[in-house]
Amino acid sequence: MTALLASLRRVVVSFVLIGGAALLAPLFSSTAHAVAPELVRDLALGENEEKVKAISALVASGDPDALPLLQSLLSGEVQTVGDATVLRVKDGVATNLATGAKVEPLPESRDDVVLNNRVRRELATGIAALQLVATDRATRLAAAQALQRGADEEMLPAIQAALAKEQDPEIKSLLSLTQATVQLASTDKAIRVAAIRTLAESRDPNTKTLLLPLLEKKGADFAEPDSDVRAEAELSLRAIESRLSTGEMVGRVFSGISLGSILLLAALGLAITYGLMGVINMAHGELIMIGAYATYVVQNLFRAYLPAAFDFYLLAALPAAFAASALTGMVLERSVIRFLYGRPLETLLATWGISLILIQAVRTIFGAQNVQVENPAWMSGGVQLFSNLVLPYSRIVIIGFAAAVVALIGLLLTRTRLGLFVRGVTQNRKMADALGVPTGRVDTYAFGLGSGIAGLAGCALSQIGNVGPDLGQSYIVDSFMVVVLGGVGQLAGTVYAAMGLGIANKFLEAWSGAVLAKIALLVFIIIFIQKRPQGLFALKGRMADA
Amino acid sequence: MNASLPPQVAAQLDRTLNVPRRPLLTRSGWAVFLFAAYVLLVLVPGLNLLLPANHPFHLSDYWVTLAGKIMCYAIVALAMDLIWGYAGILSLGHGVFFALGGYAMGMYLMRSIGRDGVYQSDLPDFMVFLDWKAYPWYWSFTDHFWYAALLVVLVPGLLAFIFGYFAFRSRIKGVYFSIITQALTYAFMLLFFRNDTGFGGNNGFTDFKRILGYPISAPGTRVALFAATGVALLGALLLGRYVVTSKFGRVLTAIRDAESRVMFCGYSPLHYKLFVWTLSAVLCGIAGALYVPQVGIINPSEMSPANSIEIAIWAAVGGRGTLIGPIVGAFVVNGAKSWFTQAVPEYWLFFLGLLFILVTLFLPQGVIGLLKRRRIVRASDRP
Repeated sequence: MTALLASLRRVVVSFVLIGGAALLAPLFSSTAHAVAPELVRDLALGENEEKVKAISALVASGDPDALPLLQSLLSGEVQTVGDATVLRVKDGVATNLATGAKVEPLPESRDDVVLNNRVRRELATGIAALQLVATDRATRLAAAQALQRGADEEMLPAIQAALAKEQDPEIKSLLSLTQATVQLASTDKAIRVAAIRTLAESRDPNTKTLLLPLLEKKGADFAEPDSDVRAEAELSLRAIESRLSTGEMVGRVFSGISLGSILLLAALGLAITYGLMGVINMAHGELIMIGAYATYVVQNLFRAYLPAAFDFYLLAALPAAFAASALTGMVLERSVIRFLYGRPLETLLATWGISLILIQAVRTIFGAQNVQVENPAWMSGGVQLFSNLVLPYSRIVIIGFAAAVVALIGLLLTRTRLGLFVRGVTQNRKMADALGVPTGRVDTYAFGLGSGIAGLAGCALSQIGNVGPDLGQSYIVDSFMVVVLGGVGQLAGTVYAAMGLGIANKFLEAWSGAVLAKIALLVFIIIFIQKRPQGLFALKGRMADA
Repeated sequence: MNASLPPQVAAQLDRTLNVPRRPLLTRSGWAVFLFAAYVLLVLVPGLNLLLPANHPFHLSDYWVTLAGKIMCYAIVALAMDLIWGYAGILSLGHGVFFALGGYAMGMYLMRSIGRDGVYQSDLPDFMVFLDWKAYPWYWSFTDHFWYAALLVVLVPGLLAFIFGYFAFRSRIKGVYFSIITQALTYAFMLLFFRNDTGFGGNNGFTDFKRILGYPISAPGTRVALFAATGVALLGALLLGRYVVTSKFGRVLTAIRDAESRVMFCGYSPLHYKLFVWTLSAVLCGIAGALYVPQVGIINPSEMSPANSIEIAIWAAVGGRGTLIGPIVGAFVVNGAKSWFTQAVPEYWLFFLGLLFILVTLFLPQGVIGLLKRRRIVRASDRP
């Protein structure tokens, strides 16, 4: 308590001093000596103790002239002549700091002001404290960083004043951390406890590192002698930790949903074609890749011919990706897959052959290297949700996009004539045929639709990952797993399976590492289809073994 | 019981129940078989070892190694035919059994390096590099050849048995089974790519020095490995023939063509499928074990799904359900591969892709089927 009073008193005294100086200032009609002359004298000629006090007083004053004075002191421009005169010598011109008058000619016998390390340190932190109120953000940030390394209690008023005014979140968090560090070192228990409580509210992940040392043991004693303060620290620490772990948890769920929506986009088309024709299309991954490359081409066209509208190239890329993949898919269906109807294993091999050809074709046209697809500006950045969690806009957009695609496909399947036909053929091909559904054409359209969705998936993937000839290969096994897990012919099964796999994958990943998570999921799926060989949402009834 | 039946029916029943066993090989088949054995065990070793390098009939080391490698693939193709051609199960994960056999042999070969590695330690180089202090438990005894040879058979066999038991029990078949096997090999590939699995991560095993005390790259060892592979291939062929010509083989074919009916006749397809599936995996393991010392490296990319699908095309090109066809297919496709990847590497995938498409569209019976059809056509042309 006494320390607080002492520091308060010191502040008050310095305010009074400054106030006095400010009142006196107009009397000397000069610009350079707004700083009180006795402070200047203390700074230049006083003992170390007096110098330090003068620095603190200057910093607390908020005087606009204090900063240049301290800076010139630190850089050695302040010199003394005899016991009374203090000069600033710059570029061969000397100014009397007490009167502000120019001194000509330059006095011969000038002495440098002696600064020991302690004074230097005080000077540096003092300058930083003054810079905190600068208008330039970079200066303020640099000052805040400098303060973090060595602030003491005298700086507190300056820091608090700056904190009240500061708008920038980064600087603000730095400052409040510094403030807490200073307060934690206080000899006053109440201040320490208050600081610890403030820390508990902080959103900064670094606060943990401030509190942890308090609870550490140094030999037999705790670093923090007072048990109340320790208990308080423990409480705050727990609050911070729980907030961090909430952030982590939410982050994991978010990245799980994000992965799930990607899997969903990749597997949706596969589920449709598999449900319809019982055909596993091994070239599905390559249709995704074609969508991604279509996006790349559109992006390049925009950059070359419409640079002004570059931010909106995705709007053109979506239909382009859909069309490119859908056309490829329809051609494949008409030229190869149609002739293998009823021979699913052969279809699997033939479509694998197609995928090899597509990969090599893309390699020949675009080169074997990954190509660069740039995000539009509005997709970069993210939402800061917790201190340790930022949700990138690109991921959010993709989740929304996947939801939109699922809704559209759902509408298409349940509300249109084509959807009715597709469902009919999926359930019973022969019956649908007998009732006049043109099954052949439905096959082609549905295959085109499934391939088009793959193209959309490729467009989405190009925004968050690498685009290269092997893009499809890395998603093919995963999207098969989604189809196997979800069962066929049901949109809901695919959605649940994709989301479930995505979230499970991310949680297992945090727990056991990426590779083991993947293996665990594969093992899980193998066990799962022991129980439900037709997937989560099997069609019931006579369809069972058709 | 037969007495109560009309004589014609009884005779018919008798014929059906006591089908004479088909011969293992036909007379001409045996002739070809013996000729192949002569070529593999006498001719090739002789041409390689005894003739001087500049002799026009000299067979260079490159060709011997290439042929030995392709013979390993041929064993795998034959194993694939046993399950795909005869039981109708398309595995897209046979690479995993091949690689496991290879890794089992590789463990022995790694330990035979002794202190001749780069770090001159008792541990293999990759373990020193990764700061392992001792062999993990699953490496114990692998310094004995017999134990490694046992692993070559047991590990793929056991994995196939367990996996097959669960898969066939719940009657997973068709495309589903294929996809699950693909996931299996993919999972193993990921596992073996990890450094802490203890199998050398993505570099795998390489830099072998000797096998059974003989320097591994000496001409004699090379030819001995080649001949051993030849023996294994011919043995696998005879074994395969033995299986498919037996009553067991007939039931297997019946399962392939109409599984439900076989079940209604009182057979349990599980045991038939499981046996042939495990046998096929074991053959793959042996092929892998022969492959590793000849090629000098084994790494997880052998387990990549793409490699396993390629096995299917070997069998498809040659002709499924013939046993000899897949061997021919393995030689044709891999011969083409080694030519393409040297002469015009950028066209290899085009060729392989086209092969997949064209064979499935136009050659469902493969090359052997084509030959057979021509023979039948010629026979029916005859007056």
